[in-house]
Amino acid sequence: MAEIQIKGVAKSFGAFTALHSVDMTISDREFMVLLGASGCGKTTLLRIIAGLETPTKGEVWIGGRRVDHLPPKERGIAMVFQNYAVFPHLTVFENIAFGLRMQKMPQAEVQRRVHRCAELMHIEQLLKRYSGQLSGGQRQRVAVARALAMEPEVILMDEPLSNLDALLRLEMRSELKGVLAESKTTAIYVTHDQVEAMSLADRISVMNGGHIVQSADPVEVYRNPAARFVAGFIGNPPMNFLPAEKVGSGRYRVAGTDVAGPDTDTRIDYAIRPEDLTLAEPGQGLAATIRVVEPLGAHTLVTCDVDGASFRAVIDSDSRVNPGDRLSLAPMADRVRWFDKETGLSVQ
Amino acid sequence: MSDTATVAPSVRKAGRWVFVSGIVLLCVWTLLPIYLLMVNALSTPEEVNGFPKSFIPSFDLSSLRFFLEFEGVLNALWNSIRVAVVTMILSIGFGAPAGYALSRFDFPGKEVFRFLVVMTRAFPLPLLALPLAVMFLRVGLDDSVLGLALVHTTLALPFAVLITYSLFSGIPFELEEAAFTLGCTRFQAFRKVVLPLAAPGIAASAVFAFVISWNEVFAAAVLTIKNRTLTAFLMQSLDWSPLHLKFAGAAALVLPALIFIFAVRKYLFAMWGIANR
Ligand SMILES: Nc1ncnc2c1ncn2[C@@H]1O[C@H](COP(=O)(O)OP(=O)(O)OP(=O)(O)O)[C@@H](O)[C@H]1O
Ligand SMILES: [Mg+2]
Repeated sequence: MAEIQIKGVAKSFGAFTALHSVDMTISDREFMVLLGASGCGKTTLLRIIAGLETPTKGEVWIGGRRVDHLPPKERGIAMVFQNYAVFPHLTVFENIAFGLRMQKMPQAEVQRRVHRCAELMHIEQLLKRYSGQLSGGQRQRVAVARALAMEPEVILMDEPLSNLDALLRLEMRSELKGVLAESKTTAIYVTHDQVEAMSLADRISVMNGGHIVQSADPVEVYRNPAARFVAGFIGNPPMNFLPAEKVGSGRYRVAGTDVAGPDTDTRIDYAIRPEDLTLAEPGQGLAATIRVVEPLGAHTLVTCDVDGASFRAVIDSDSRVNPGDRLSLAPMADRVRWFDKETGLSVQ
Repeated sequence: MSDTATVAPSVRKAGRWVFVSGIVLLCVWTLLPIYLLMVNALSTPEEVNGFPKSFIPSFDLSSLRFFLEFEGVLNALWNSIRVAVVTMILSIGFGAPAGYALSRFDFPGKEVFRFLVVMTRAFPLPLLALPLAVMFLRVGLDDSVLGLALVHTTLALPFAVLITYSLFSGIPFELEEAAFTLGCTRFQAFRKVVLPLAAPGIAASAVFAFVISWNEVFAAAVLTIKNRTLTAFLMQSLDWSPLHLKFAGAAALVLPALIFIFAVRKYLFAMWGIANR
């Protein structure tokens, strides 16, 4: 049992606040992915859970035990560092075996675990090398193998696959997911890669400027972003936004068309994902003028002007469109979202 | 490339000439005295004291033998070694932890502390030696190996602190943190990760402390009477000892220092960057 509870954790570095009162619960065996822009505090949060950083405020609980005063070795965690932290004076084998040797594990078991983790990360042929003789991606895999070999209750991974080529990353990703599910490990995984986040996560937590903005399963985060930041951050290309003008109770005027919306007095923006638009007869939907056409194979991405704002749509690659063409884009009504202009929060 | 070659060949040539002559001058400056020293140490006493001097040594060991058999020399040599070893142990024993603390921890007054470490070198030894001699007499440390080693430690310590400071700073703290998460205490992480990485550099700074003590003469002359170190012994006997004894003694002093410094040159050159991988 290793449930992680973070209660009101805040962290300041001098006058700068890196984390503002973060509350989060990661259930036992859950795979939680932390997503957020560079500098939003992901590493800081991970380091606080690991015990490498003391929170300014708040509590950290792992497996029903309060741990924020305990040293890292007593927390039952293993960590993959963003900069790998592979020991330069030890071979790859000894690096992976390091934590096991600290536990005074019998040699046969050390051998078995090291070989298993090395195999998993495709680094068996490198076991005799030193870190100076490895590429960045190989070092990164050594770091992952070293953490996996510990077979910890909780594994904290800070962008563990960021330096691998696309193919290898895909492969490692599914291996990681498989092995962690099998070993019943609770995982927190930091990444910048949305596809990775979507495919791995049981739950995604999106962070922004030291806050957790939304914490939900991947489809929910994608379909119902809790805030404008999430909507703009997740999805490639991101969600489109258009200003909406209230014309009556629950009626809005968006880019010259009348749309039904939430009945609220706050000023709100209209939002729709590029793939939730269909081509419509002229006069229906949003009037758009194409600026750029990018064929992507399966689909074609068009960037248009709608009411003076930049607006993207994903359309079928069979449609023959050219820059300068006028289109009518009909949004799928149930996919339209609304965000408060001031707070950026989702409005139902 | 090609335009620098065509622009001003004469200027380039002149620059080269200055460069080469500068190097030659520096080499002569440092190497010639050592060479003359060795020539004389390896010549017979008659040759040393005679006039037309030869630039080629006769490889005669009688001067050296005379030196080693000279009353008190072996004892002084033994004292020098003991003082230098104690100095080495004390400088690293105190210097390495201080260097580690400076590189790893933020504490109030850290900058002041660093400044003070360097400041200890601002006091001329003669200023320190006399009051120290008085104090040592009072506490009974006078004329002892430990007493002199303590003084030499004050000389060597700043270097030990600064060398180990840069050494530890070159080892990412993240490596230690990784060790923490893999089950190490702070001390275990130091022993299993930092020490192996820093060991060659620490050895180098130990040798450096040894050489500082080995070469030091002023404090040694003031603070010891019966238990003279080699430097103090030679200085004391400067007036009356024969020339070939001085040369042989100087060679005995210079040679170990030269060898040691040569052995650790990599670390002294790379003092401000991590030198091992
Ligand atoms: N030791 C420190 N002292 C001062 N500021 C720090 C320190 N560590 C982190 N910060 C600041 O805290 C903020 C969060 O840093 P953190 O490393 O957690 O970001 P991150 O989300 O991991 O970013 P990235 O995706 O680039 O790794 C940053 O603005 C950073 O500058
Ligand atoms: Mg980070």
